[in-house]
Amino acid sequence: MTKSVLIEKIAQKLEGLSKKQTEVIIETIFESIKDSLANGGKVEVRGFGNFRLRSRNARKARNPKTGESVDVPPKKVPYFKVGKDLREMVNRDL
Amino acid sequence: MTKADLADRLYEKVGLPKKEATAIIETLFDSMKGILAEGESIKITGFGTFLVRKKSSRKGRNPKTGTELEIEQRKVVSFKPSLQFKALVEKV
Repeated sequence: MTKSVLIEKIAQKLEGLSKKQTEVIIETIFESIKDSLANGGKVEVRGFGNFRLRSRNARKARNPKTGESVDVPPKKVPYFKVGKDLREMVNRDL
Repeated sequence: MTKADLADRLYEKVGLPKKEATAIIETLFDSMKGILAEGESIKITGFGTFLVRKKSSRKGRNPKTGTELEIEQRKVVSFKPSLQFKALVEKV
């Protein structure tokens, strides 16, 4: 499912909001999550999961074309930890 | 940041009253949970992809007692951030 299908689905559920308005709102929600992490924060969505950053150590990698060794600096990566509700929901019909 | 802070953001950025904002946030994440529960993945352009992966059963051990036990097959949700998202936080 893509963002546009998701937006349509949600617009149907919400009365009084057009598809365009729903789109702007949903874009804003995901932008806000990104902004929060970009500012070193974390986002907790109870029942769904938490978004935060994880650190990756510096490492040596190799350029696969030339075989040359390159230093990869330490960095942060977005990390999602699934919430209890969602974890249980995906396993319900197993 | 929690769902309530997200609602505040929606008020600041698009002027949506807090009550409506909270309702939309709940609807959004509930819908996403329903979609993932059906095993379907969700791709949010510019943000990332949520996918459901199947893990087969394997033998594990209780780390405390050392007893061997069977870990049953299960499904897990994973999130693959978009390149744009990764680039945004890389140097935080």
